Amino acid sequence: MSSREKILAAVKKNQPAMVELPALNFAGDASIDLKAQFIKILTGIGGSVIEVNEIKKVADYIKSTFPEPARIINTTTNLNFESEILNLPDEQAGLKSDLHDFSNVTVAIMKGEFGVAENGAIWLTDANMVDQALPYICEHLVLIINKNSIVPTLHEAYEKIGTCPYTLGTFLAGPSKTADIEQSLVLGAHGSKSLIVFLVP
Amino acid sequence: MNPQNKTHSELAEKFNRDVERVNWHDKTLWFVREKRDKAAHQIAEWEKLREAASQIKNNVLGNLHEYLLEFEKNALNHGIHVHWASSAQEHNEIVHSIIKKHGVNHMVKSKSMLTEECGLNEYLYKQGIEVVDTDLGERIVQLAKEPPSHIVLPCIHWKKEEIGELFHQYLGTPKGNADPQFLTAAARVHLREHFLTSRVALTGVNFAVAETGEIIVCTNEGNADLGVQLAGVHIASMGIEKIIPRRKHLSVFLRLLARSATGQPITTYSSHFQKPREGQEMHIVLVDNGRSERLASDDFRNALKCIRCGACFNTCPVYKRSGGHSYHTAVAGPIGSILAPGFDMAKNADLPFASTLCGSCTNVCPVKIDIHDQLYKWRQVLVKNGHTTASKKTGMNVMSKVLSHPMVYRFSGAVGRWVLRTMPFMANNKFNPWFKQREMPKASTQSFRSWYLNQRKHEQ
Repeated sequence: MSSREKILAAVKKNQPAMVELPALNFAGDASIDLKAQFIKILTGIGGSVIEVNEIKKVADYIKSTFPEPARIINTTTNLNFESEILNLPDEQAGLKSDLHDFSNVTVAIMKGEFGVAENGAIWLTDANMVDQALPYICEHLVLIINKNSIVPTLHEAYEKIGTCPYTLGTFLAGPSKTADIEQSLVLGAHGSKSLIVFLVP
Repeated sequence: MNPQNKTHSELAEKFNRDVERVNWHDKTLWFVREKRDKAAHQIAEWEKLREAASQIKNNVLGNLHEYLLEFEKNALNHGIHVHWASSAQEHNEIVHSIIKKHGVNHMVKSKSMLTEECGLNEYLYKQGIEVVDTDLGERIVQLAKEPPSHIVLPCIHWKKEEIGELFHQYLGTPKGNADPQFLTAAARVHLREHFLTSRVALTGVNFAVAETGEIIVCTNEGNADLGVQLAGVHIASMGIEKIIPRRKHLSVFLRLLARSATGQPITTYSSHFQKPREGQEMHIVLVDNGRSERLASDDFRNALKCIRCGACFNTCPVYKRSGGHSYHTAVAGPIGSILAPGFDMAKNADLPFASTLCGSCTNVCPVKIDIHDQLYKWRQVLVKNGHTTASKKTGMNVMSKVLSHPMVYRFSGAVGRWVLRTMPFMANNKFNPWFKQREMPKASTQSFRSWYLNQRKHEQ
């Protein structure tokens, strides 16, 4: 008997009587100011949030904050950003011959799908990343989300995601961090040292 | 891990010799517990969430066979290789065979308590393969050739000056620099090199969704993601109990996990891996190692609901004052003390006694495991199976005789009080285990019974 059969047989024999799954009746409080809560929580966990009234201001901000010779990679299409636009080859994104090409990226800019007010997280998938290593290897990550896209809690978030397929989906909340040395919080463990989120109309 | 076969109390005694350090350890963990409370109190429906999480996990345990099949089918459809391991040994062999197939001798690994349980690092080391732990805390204890002392905070027992010294020795940082910011930056540079050169990355699994065949890995550092995204091969090791039914159930668990663990609203990265990246190879190893057997036990199966948040560690008065290494097992603390006897009763017979049964662990558990009840039940199983020390057995026998004979009880009480008053050295000596790290109480001249009878007389 293979281990698979052995394990499955033992589980089948030993598992207790099935109990029903609970109903998930957790509606977030829609009366609160979702945008304000999102900003408060994300700022509290080390992220920065900037609200702009036109998308052009994003490029202005990045150019003035990260002057040359910063290597900036933009994966969005509507930014009108004349700096290095990620020019992925025609072959599938993600199958880059050398992923380590990105090891010296200063700033990566990508679109997030939506934000979550209760924890300051932004949902994005491989489709937003173009290359899956990029959001983790860059020094500073810039995410752009629509300011009306913020949902109250993770329950609404998963309702929105549904069962849609992806290669990689992630909730990203703040810069990479650690408190492993005597519980002292340090931003920039292995992933990005900062996270800047733009709320756009 | 415990070469001298020392018991929890022997190892705790060693830890307790440094009073200042014990107080510091105690306070640091209580600080984390307070952060957990603050986060939990901000969620009005917190208790409802715990109840939902508990019920979902109960459903999983009663339907695990079907969920495992559903998970496997979906994962296979996404091009993931699925392996099954009955034992720790088989898990290690499977991981080794994957590494060998790719002809490498170096692998990066993010935090996985399962691989600690299986002793994967030591196994691979013997096969000539170097495993680099990439979680900062885990890297620190790995350089120091120690196991983690906490499942979420692996080097919580280390002081920054000691880490500075360790990094000076291994990473060449300047001697005497103990600034956490500086040391973290040094580790970032050191580990980035490993991320960029490793062709195989192993991660643990926080949750696996039957409905979608995906696995979820949560970290704050981003080390799991960086490892996986820069490697051509992703191996994920998981216990079979990590399955949850539907993707939407993640909302319940992700709301509870980080808040219970560190008081954060969510971990920085909650990554859902559903398919291998184009050109990448992905393996999932499903490990039993005693779990299917535990599923049969009405008393102890609930421990399989654990989501490894560590909240029970941070609140436990015994853990906080005895340190993780006193538990001589991969998972320490209250949850470890009810898991370990299931693996090896004789070796871990001391652990269910490393508790005051105060019940704080049960109160903070996000999936409502009856931890302190199970500690109590394990004690009974252990005694029935003859796994108690002679001194404990003699003591219990004497106690039971004394307590069942009122005259003897009153007499011995009077003798005890007299001894404590007139000859305190008879109790305050190293032969009395209750004297260790404690002052004995001042004895009253009167027993409770005589005080009570007196009071009654006054009332009448």
